[in-house]
Amino acid sequence: MSVVEERASQAAPGFDPEQAWRVHPQIALRDESFGALAYHFGTRRLMFLKSRALVELVSSLEDYESAQAAIDALVPESERSTYRRALARLAASEVIDVR
Amino acid sequence: MSADVTAQPVPLRQRFTEGLDAPICLTWELTYACNLACVHCLSSSGRRDPKELTAAEARHVVDELADMKVFYVNIGGGEPMLRPDFFDLIGYAVDHKVGVKFSTNGTRMTAERARRLAAMDYVDVQISIDGALASTNDAVRGGGSFAAARTAMDHLASANFGQFKISVVVTRENVTQLDELSAIAQSYGAQLRLTRFRPSGRGAETWEALHPTSEQQRMLYHWLVERPDVLTGDSFFHLSALGQPLDGLNLCGAGRVVCLIDPVGDVYACPFVIDKEFLAGNVRHDGGFAGVWRRSDLFRSLRQPQSAGACASCGSYDACQGGCMAAKFFTGIPLDGPDPECVFGHGEEALAARDGGATPTVRIGHSKVDRAGTPIPVPTPVRFRTPARA
Repeated sequence: MSVVEERASQAAPGFDPEQAWRVHPQIALRDESFGALAYHFGTRRLMFLKSRALVELVSSLEDYESAQAAIDALVPESERSTYRRALARLAASEVIDVR
Repeated sequence: MSADVTAQPVPLRQRFTEGLDAPICLTWELTYACNLACVHCLSSSGRRDPKELTAAEARHVVDELADMKVFYVNIGGGEPMLRPDFFDLIGYAVDHKVGVKFSTNGTRMTAERARRLAAMDYVDVQISIDGALASTNDAVRGGGSFAAARTAMDHLASANFGQFKISVVVTRENVTQLDELSAIAQSYGAQLRLTRFRPSGRGAETWEALHPTSEQQRMLYHWLVERPDVLTGDSFFHLSALGQPLDGLNLCGAGRVVCLIDPVGDVYACPFVIDKEFLAGNVRHDGGFAGVWRRSDLFRSLRQPQSAGACASCGSYDACQGGCMAAKFFTGIPLDGPDPECVFGHGEEALAARDGGATPTVRIGHSKVDRAGTPIPVPTPVRFRTPARA
């Protein structure tokens, strides 16, 4: 089956949590019980967001002036560094981009 | 590939084996008509079926896929470009945010059609060849088919289509040409895609003679491990028992995260099991595609925990999951038995242990027939007609 057919070009842009982010316009998200499937129509890459909380955070980025502001508002303090790292990975695979 | 945040109470692979509300992707064969007669054709294609979905019915399927948020479909056939509404349908799909990846033998890829495809977003093209040499390829796909495929590749390159794919079914004959195949792909800036020879459709008749030997399979595994940029459609997960898992989900997604819609709207568990044993329903009734996907008894049973059967005591079961259901079914091995190409040789033992006549005969076929009505499984010379309209 053709699930992980495609690879993104590994030009990973940096992740600056102080900037304003959004879901990349070429990303389609599909909610699943485990989190969400994310498909990038540009890189043709399929990715998994493995928790509902991460999906919530990613979908809400647009409503905050910075990624850090979204994290502060939505994520318990003890987990914030974990979620920052997750967003950095999602930025590298172009699931989110600077708006 | 994935953004891990916290350890999951249920591993993702288990979530997938329990099935999702909609497939991750699916294969949709648009027509059984084909102007080639490849000896390994999974769908025994040749003649159009008079009951094939109409243009309106096909659009309705796209509507359903869009509603279910299926990101893309793998379109095949038969030769999908023989369908008169081919361009209308793929245009309709991408307009509805259902991406299209289609496989073609290339015979109908004119320069103009290549330009038309290059102008479309969300359309990927795979041209099939089964050897780096015309002689190797044409023995499987028919006389003239290699030259036609290369011409199609030239048209895509001239049209600046971008990165297309060259799709190869790995056989005993072409497995020695992997480097040359890779070089052909490179010369076009294309991606090489290798898939497994399955004993399905007409492949059931040719598998014994053409599937790679166990030594070749080991070589293939190491070749793939060293080249993670080669696409495989997850089709060699039975080889993951040899060590480091190959890239991909490494599970059988049949009826759980993938399925097949055939040209007449029948929904099968996967593209390799066109047999009534694995027929889940039809998109024309049974509540449409969504109804079949969500409620068919067959799919529900595939989403239950499966027995490891004869493989339960093998330390590599977690890696290969017992291999491919279709490969077992069409070689007459029980579904909880080993894959016929088990890397530890258990498949060969299982094949030897079959009682004569255990192999199911292929009952659903659209191979071209001779005057006596007997299917012609051998490659026939390819005839090229100028398309009436691009």
